[in-house]
Amino acid sequence: MNIEIKKKRAFKGLSLPENKITAKKPIEVLPVPDKVVIPLQQNIGAPCEFIVERGDMVKTGQKIADSQNYVSAPIHSSISGKVTRIIKVVNPVTSNVMDSVIIESDGLDNWIELKKLFDIKKSDDFSGLKKIIDSIDGKEIIKKIKEAGIVGLGGATFPTHVKLNPPKDKKIDTLILNGCECEPFITSDHRVMLEYGKEVLMGLYILNKVLSPQNIYVAIEKNKEDAIIYLGKLAEEMGLDSIFKIIALESRYPMGAEKTLIRTITGRIVPMGGLPMDVRVIMNNVATSKSVYEAVIEGKPMIDRVITVTGAIENPKNLLVRLGITIDKLVESCGKTESGVNYLIIGGPMMGISIVNTDFPVTKGMNCLLLRKSRIPFEQNCINCGRCVNICPMKLMPLAYVRYVKKSQFEACREYYIENCIECGCCSYVCPANIPIVGYIKTGKNQLLKTIG
Amino acid sequence: MENNKLLISHAPHIWGGFSTSKIMFIVAFALLFPTAAAIYFFGYYAIYMILASVSAAVLSEFVIKKLRKKRFIMDGSSVVTGLLLALTLPPRIPLWMVAIGAFFSIAIAREAFGGLGYNIFNPALAGRAFLSVCFPGEMTSWVIPPHFNYDAITGATPLGENFTYQADKLSLYKDLFFGNRGGSLGETSVMLILIGAAILIILRIIDWRIPVFYIGTVALGSFLIGRDVLFQVMAGGLMIGAFFMATDYVTSPVTRNGRIIFGVCLGILTVLIRNFGSLPEGVAFSILIMNAFTPLIDRYIRIKPFGFRKKEKNA
Ligand code: SF4
Ligand code: SF4
Repeated sequence: MNIEIKKKRAFKGLSLPENKITAKKPIEVLPVPDKVVIPLQQNIGAPCEFIVERGDMVKTGQKIADSQNYVSAPIHSSISGKVTRIIKVVNPVTSNVMDSVIIESDGLDNWIELKKLFDIKKSDDFSGLKKIIDSIDGKEIIKKIKEAGIVGLGGATFPTHVKLNPPKDKKIDTLILNGCECEPFITSDHRVMLEYGKEVLMGLYILNKVLSPQNIYVAIEKNKEDAIIYLGKLAEEMGLDSIFKIIALESRYPMGAEKTLIRTITGRIVPMGGLPMDVRVIMNNVATSKSVYEAVIEGKPMIDRVITVTGAIENPKNLLVRLGITIDKLVESCGKTESGVNYLIIGGPMMGISIVNTDFPVTKGMNCLLLRKSRIPFEQNCINCGRCVNICPMKLMPLAYVRYVKKSQFEACREYYIENCIECGCCSYVCPANIPIVGYIKTGKNQLLKTIG
Repeated sequence: MENNKLLISHAPHIWGGFSTSKIMFIVAFALLFPTAAAIYFFGYYAIYMILASVSAAVLSEFVIKKLRKKRFIMDGSSVVTGLLLALTLPPRIPLWMVAIGAFFSIAIAREAFGGLGYNIFNPALAGRAFLSVCFPGEMTSWVIPPHFNYDAITGATPLGENFTYQADKLSLYKDLFFGNRGGSLGETSVMLILIGAAILIILRIIDWRIPVFYIGTVALGSFLIGRDVLFQVMAGGLMIGAFFMATDYVTSPVTRNGRIIFGVCLGILTVLIRNFGSLPEGVAFSILIMNAFTPLIDRYIRIKPFGFRKKEKNA
């Protein structure tokens, strides 16, 4: 297997305490919940509209919401049962109010009929599987992906079918599968690579068929050596080793950030405000690849995902859960929380969002639930030390945002290219004055969005 | 789990644990080396001066923070300012003057501007400049190192007009390097300043660009106008100024290129003042002048963001 070790990287980065305490814990399947809450907006782009009504009976996998808009992904019921209520839920990430349905389970987990073309758990006939994939038309594949409601699972939740269908003038020659998982604590992608390696690689084969790029890379940080070795071996077994290359990267934060990862691997620089496709690259998360496989070969829509529940809790775990299960259920299934937990964070410690509402459901983009005990350090004045400037992977000047947001001069933030910030949190992490710089940045960005209208 | 205990805060939820007070502590530690030289060459009186300066500085900050009803955090910045101020003063200046200087540094040069982070001028140098204006006599009376003998003989600093030196060049350089010469309390021993500076650079507390470009420019400038380069570099307050004062975060530019420009301009100013101005020494004033230009440098010297392309500006 072709494994390339890359020492160089396109950014300075931080070496964070990894705390990947669940790395060795196999994915546990959580029982089907009695009740799910499913919000209408689970992707970047247009929200969906319900196509079911209160009182309707739905099956597992049945489409319950869709949109005419192309940049959108349909939403499916993750259990079978009855639609009992339509409520409003506040999205902790955007603070938008989203319509959501509550579905109460009938206890049967009655699925819609799935057209399974191949059973990868039972059969080793990989060349047969490849023939099946080769026989499906590229357009058909994209349609299936759209119908299954698949979005990028790395957190950005951009609808995958849109990504796979770039405008005609954008030629794609490189596909990168991102398995970096550079944030501390999170291990869901790591476990997916180890336990769903076949699905991930066959998903890659499907993506290859759709995009036919010249180069395919699977990017994994070195701290997941077992995944690198396993996928390498698997690729040889499955006869896929000739189509892609594994890139083993240093474990530095934020290695998995799209633009810097593209530069690290290909040397190409995505222009400011541009997309990876502007430099002929498409990047997908490893877990997305698994979902693509399931959608195309098993006809299974996106109704579950792997999520890491970790931090100050008795039994941190990697769980395979139905979407829409509420967060308190996840916490319960992992034992007692340590006393003094004061933060419940969706996502990792660097970019995650803290929430207070434990009724909030698991959505498509959620890869981690982190419980923490922490005390926020006292914010002091900026001392102009330049640490934030030196660490920023996007080469921005974060201290300027602090200064101008404090003065409510939001336009000035744009002069410093605030919209390029990826909110990685490196600047806040290194700031000796303990300034929550990313908080200022988010305020600045929101204010600018408002003024545009 | 108990929901009512949950809090909201912005990401990130972990921190590097590096703090302003740690930085100040390390700087104060590095300053102990020039301080040791001060005590060795100028005797016990140096200790009194340092104690007077530091305690006056800390007390001023405490009182002002209380008066303005702000939280007083012992972040060590006043200690560093007090220490730096003492090290820039002539070795026999009365203690009450030292205290006034320290008060001015903290109360006027720093807190009146809004506290640490908002000051425009390096507080220690501002305090020194204030004393120079108020007490020009005391601020220019120098002694040659008496070691532990208080009744020192007055003498000129190496850069002064009356400075004469009988011995050969090599022992002059040696005295300059080890610090056996007249001058402000902490500026004399190049060797110990360099040790302290090395600590700061290795621990990445200060950016090497400012001192290197500053001293480099002074060396080059002195060479071009035919001065003794080694002498110009080691004499006066250049070493302590370049490593400990010009590198003050608050009053120096934030970008690397800005710091290079800052260093070069400092060098040019120092050479001009030393050779063509009416003052024998120009480090303190060069730094104060450039402090005033720092906001301007920071305004115009920015870094190009990742993926920056020229044409995009018009789009
Ligand atoms: S959060 Fe934004 S400004 Fe801060 S380091 Fe990351 S990209 Fe740069
Ligand atoms: S790291 Fe913090 S203190 Fe330093 S320049 Fe940036 S915002 Fe200011």
